[in-house]
Amino acid sequence: MQVTRDFSHYIRSAGEGLQHIDLAVEGVHCAGCMAKIERGLSSIPDVTLARVNLTDRRVALEWKAGTLDPGRFIDRLEELGYKAYPFETESAEEAEVAESRFLLRCLGVAAFATMNVMMLSIPVWSGNVSDMLPEQRDFFHWLSALIALPAAAYAGQPFFRSAWRALSAKTTNMDVPISIGVILALGMSVVETFHHAEHAYFDAAIMLLTFLLVGRFLDQSMRRRTRAVAGNLAALKAETAAKFIGPDEISQVPVAAIHPGDIVLLRPGERCAVDGTVIEGRSEIDQSLITGETLYVTAEQGAPVYAGSMNISGTLRVRVSAASEATLLAEITRLLDHALAARSRYMRLADRASRLYAPVVHATALLTILGWVIAGAGWHDAIVTGVAVLIITCPCALGLAIPTVQTVAAGAMFRAGVLLNAGDAIERLAEADHVIFDKTGTLTLPDLEVMNAADIPADIFELAGRLALSSHHPVAAAVAQAAGARSPIVGAVEEAGQGVRATVDGVEIRLGRPSFCGAEGLVGLADDLDPEASIVAFSKGSEKFILSVRQGLRPDAQAVIAALKARGIGIEILSGDREPAVKAAAHALSIPEWRAGVTPADKIARIEELKRRGMKVLMVGDGMNDAPSLAAAHVSMSPISAAHLSQATADLVFLGRPLAPVVAAIDASRKALHLMRQNLWLAVGYNVLAVPVAISGVVTPLIAAAAMSGSSILVMLNSLRARTSREIV
Amino acid sequence: MEILVILVPLALMLGLAGLGGFLWSLRSGQYDDLDGAAWRAIADDDPPPQEAPVKR
Repeated sequence: MQVTRDFSHYIRSAGEGLQHIDLAVEGVHCAGCMAKIERGLSSIPDVTLARVNLTDRRVALEWKAGTLDPGRFIDRLEELGYKAYPFETESAEEAEVAESRFLLRCLGVAAFATMNVMMLSIPVWSGNVSDMLPEQRDFFHWLSALIALPAAAYAGQPFFRSAWRALSAKTTNMDVPISIGVILALGMSVVETFHHAEHAYFDAAIMLLTFLLVGRFLDQSMRRRTRAVAGNLAALKAETAAKFIGPDEISQVPVAAIHPGDIVLLRPGERCAVDGTVIEGRSEIDQSLITGETLYVTAEQGAPVYAGSMNISGTLRVRVSAASEATLLAEITRLLDHALAARSRYMRLADRASRLYAPVVHATALLTILGWVIAGAGWHDAIVTGVAVLIITCPCALGLAIPTVQTVAAGAMFRAGVLLNAGDAIERLAEADHVIFDKTGTLTLPDLEVMNAADIPADIFELAGRLALSSHHPVAAAVAQAAGARSPIVGAVEEAGQGVRATVDGVEIRLGRPSFCGAEGLVGLADDLDPEASIVAFSKGSEKFILSVRQGLRPDAQAVIAALKARGIGIEILSGDREPAVKAAAHALSIPEWRAGVTPADKIARIEELKRRGMKVLMVGDGMNDAPSLAAAHVSMSPISAAHLSQATADLVFLGRPLAPVVAAIDASRKALHLMRQNLWLAVGYNVLAVPVAISGVVTPLIAAAAMSGSSILVMLNSLRARTSREIV
Repeated sequence: MEILVILVPLALMLGLAGLGGFLWSLRSGQYDDLDGAAWRAIADDDPPPQEAPVKR
């Protein structure tokens, strides 16, 4: 059978006989890498463009159509020392990029208008106390209106739209008082200018929009960056499948190009990238990523296989099914929909604040107008004062209080290896007081490790590793990796279901089942120690050794559990795995509360029970069976190795082998929530000082502008404190 | 004060030119890779020594 790599799915036409592909590249972090990659790729003939994007860690390539195979770029990058893989921009990421550009355009327009209106306002402010003629003042006011009105109509769109959406849904959000304040300030200024009045508030209205757009843009770019990184990680997993393109011909194609009904080949040691049904072959498969169960399951004709399963022993032909056909998946999807609906009821801190804020502000403005009328002032003066109250209380600092902290805290988490999926995850994570861990793939590492490598002489271990390279069995692959083996032994023969053997310097060496190596005698000793481990034997002539291979605990799991306990957070394990395995892990980590053999529905039931007791549950899990409980929990986290569905459901995703990001994220979010609250109080404090001034009717545009920028800068500076984080574990 | 007839339009034109420049730079993708752009500014811009060693 012939295997080819097919990337045609990712190639776009760039016009004028050029083709374009985007690659995600791992390990690009400096200007040196950038220059090296660009030079290395440009030196390939017929390449017309090779440009690295250092922010997104991507390379854009263009070449003359039909002259090059994109596989060559990936090989070239590999020679240069970078792992690369083509990626397809998800629609979600595209939407974020478009939104981000729109906000930046709005910000540009608003900033331009603010600067020019200020340039006209300062002469009026100084002219009012010196010798400016009323005609000149009117002229400057009309000019300000000419700039501010169209600019506000354009740059205010994000706020007006959001406010309109909230009002049509008969609720209110922060954008409602903002929109009302801006529109009233502009409207009143036009009327006042028309009546040759001394004061106009064009500058305050447009400056407010500028400051708020800064907050919006920061919030947006945080989300955009997370999406870009998540997109790269998904691409670099390089999930491909061997698809039959003829009766005997297979092509290695990206998963995105596989459709229901296609037939794919699943070889031993490969992870299945699609859902489907076995149509030919018989094998043991490891479904631990899906169900948490570490015991292998036998798959034969008619059996369903799910994306994420590892094929252990035999070769399978799988017919790809539509997602809805698979029963386990359908059940999980049903639970998931239910759980997600429950979670969307959470109200964000900003919305809670605005729900209190908007009525108070509008009532104050109304009372001010009525108060002045009762006190004997004219309706005109009373309304002008009421609008001044609305302008000065416009939640400028309030609008910045939360997004700025979120942006800075997300950056700090990013450095600690945590990506945010949901904007309000920080607030919810900060409240968590009980953590539920899944075992397989979360507390333990998803890949196999040799546990007793230290007991075996180094030269023997190395030889075993080199021999293991000739086998496709995942356990052998783990041995080869642990031994750091690179050069396979020439002439090694694999006996299916038994092991591998070869002859080195006249001595026969074997690696495989204990019976294959004649090492049954040794097994009894090790099996007692570790119920979860797979045992492989290695023999060299008459010397015999056994290797115990299993999923090891994450290197810092113990320290992290201790750190969580020290923070007064309750911990328990809920696992779909069988009892001895869960018990062993719980003992090793000294976690007294654990349950084994738990189904997805049971996990949700447990979370609901804890919820009823008033606990805020953080669920950390990776399996597909965890997805519904991730959605049901107050807040959730997944390792990057998790099943797709779980990763998409989790609020936060952490990278790498250590578990430490869990604690780092909790610490960063607690600090961030503290700062958010502080910022809200700063904003409220500013209003408490400014509102009496506004009610008394002495607020000039100069005071409004100074108060607004002063409070905004104070809040932004306070947010920057979220950057620093303590050492955690 | 007749000077305003020149100065005010001039100031507005300058402001609009700045805004136009910003929108142009945004459209041409200059804000897509802020990290990379920072480094490119100080990179050596000598032509890549492509086939030089091969010819010898």
